[in-house]
Amino acid sequence: MSVCRRIVLRFPKNLVEKPLVYHLVKDYDLKFNILRAKITPEEEGLLSLEIKGDKNNYSRGIDFLTKSGVTIEQLGQKIRKNEDLCTQCGLCVSVCPTPALAIDRKSREVIFDSNHCVTCEMCIKVCPVKAMEIKFD
Amino acid sequence: MAKTYEEINEKIRKGHAVVVTAEEIIGIVEEKGLKKAAHEVDVVTTGTFGPMCSSGAFLNFGHSTPRIKLGGGHAYLNNVPVYTGLAAVDVYLGATAIPDDDPRNKVYPGEFSYGGGHVIEELVAGKDLVLSATAYGTDCYPRKKIEILVNIQDINEAILFSPRNAYQNYNCAVNLTDKIIYTYMGVLQANLGNANFCSAAQLSPLLNDPLYKTIGIGTKIFLGGGIGYVAWNGTQHNPTVKRKENGVPQAGAGTLSVVGDLKQMKAKYLRGSSFLGYGATMTVGIGIPIPILNEEICQYTAVKNQDLWCQVVDYGKNYPNNLPSSLGEVNYAQLFSGEIEVQGKKIPTAPISSYSIAREIAGTLKEWIKKGDFELTQPVQCIPGPESGITFKSMKERLVEPRFE
Ligand code: SF4
Ligand code: SF4
Repeated sequence: MSVCRRIVLRFPKNLVEKPLVYHLVKDYDLKFNILRAKITPEEEGLLSLEIKGDKNNYSRGIDFLTKSGVTIEQLGQKIRKNEDLCTQCGLCVSVCPTPALAIDRKSREVIFDSNHCVTCEMCIKVCPVKAMEIKFD
Repeated sequence: MAKTYEEINEKIRKGHAVVVTAEEIIGIVEEKGLKKAAHEVDVVTTGTFGPMCSSGAFLNFGHSTPRIKLGGGHAYLNNVPVYTGLAAVDVYLGATAIPDDDPRNKVYPGEFSYGGGHVIEELVAGKDLVLSATAYGTDCYPRKKIEILVNIQDINEAILFSPRNAYQNYNCAVNLTDKIIYTYMGVLQANLGNANFCSAAQLSPLLNDPLYKTIGIGTKIFLGGGIGYVAWNGTQHNPTVKRKENGVPQAGAGTLSVVGDLKQMKAKYLRGSSFLGYGATMTVGIGIPIPILNEEICQYTAVKNQDLWCQVVDYGKNYPNNLPSSLGEVNYAQLFSGEIEVQGKKIPTAPISSYSIAREIAGTLKEWIKKGDFELTQPVQCIPGPESGITFKSMKERLVEPRFE
């Protein structure tokens, strides 16, 4: 069975230079798309990936990364839309680089679909009433 | 067959009035024809919910013991400066005011996370606010300093009084430059990356009464979740812009100044808002009933998104430099479709005002009227229409001559 997952890899400083993702392809036969990559001011690496491949290989690949010292989070779970605050204005839709925020044609409400979210946080900066929230862990 | 305000009010009092929203009237006119629709429908309700920077409130705190004269001094509510150039304990709190120590755009783009609009929202929500002030002291007002908690329940008046709201139509904003910009129309990506627009279109009050035949001074309205009135035309009222055959202006035109008692409004419809890189403001909910006095007025209210046009304006260079220009005209059906074409390029569109809450406001006003809780008022005076010749002018910048002894 094959799977497709969107995850964020967090590399500590000492692992940033290591070709870990290369092993995912070579040793575990996984395909990936880079959604976002960034080095934080603390020189920690953040890499958002969409990974596709066989389910067992995926689990083994994730195991390998975890053992190497990489922290893994599910993508999109960190952002949420607070419906009590949201005014359905649409401003966030204009900055969202993915289909995660879209306007429903009928109700004209703004719908958030976390499956598409790449946690770029643009909506958080733009929302005029702070209705887009990020969960800190 | 014409109706009068009194006839419509009589029906409202008896609970017989036929009230529909500005969306519903479209289908009714299509189905039954104009004549029958105008005969059957008594009132069409409109709504809008968008950022309106020229909003604010007059507050009177009552006198302290001993007395203090805020007039000529400095006063703040939750650190947001209020205007004190009035009598001892009257102030004006404007929606775009921000704390003196807000970093503004020093860290670009600034967040403007708290301002006058937020203070108004919290005041209406019944939260305590910190009033801090310094004064110069006089024989009759000796006190020089105060720092207390105030609450909307305890103060004398809290009157929302906004010099310009409910813009009749607006621009569609794009950016032709090669840099991202942060505007009151939202974030505009470089090189025509997106287009933002701001109107409730077919639900919008003044687009349903394009020539101001029923909305005038004294018109009773839904304001911020409560009841308010049209006080005057708004500032920058510009009735002489180009219009289509249906009378509807093709760019920002009429505006309204509105007034109402904040104490009966709801925080849900007066929302403090922060525009990235631009400033703080308030998102305001307004709904205006339109009496269907005759077929002409009914025809106006049946206007559809595809009949409402606006100008595409470059906010990268032309708008900031106050250069008159339009990159073309688009209608609201196109804008709501999510994509328009500008200079041969297809670009995604997004609104910055809430159509769904505009719809909710028109629906709420409809229920109030149907239940007999809200009667219509005939304006005591019309606001200026195209025949007035009034045109919005740019600033005349006459230089000050240096004077030597
Ligand atoms: S920008 Fe904020 S208030 Fe507007 S639709 Fe998005 S989440 Fe809701
Ligand atoms: S963080 Fe916000 S803007 Fe970015 S992808 Fe997710 S929903 Fe869209």
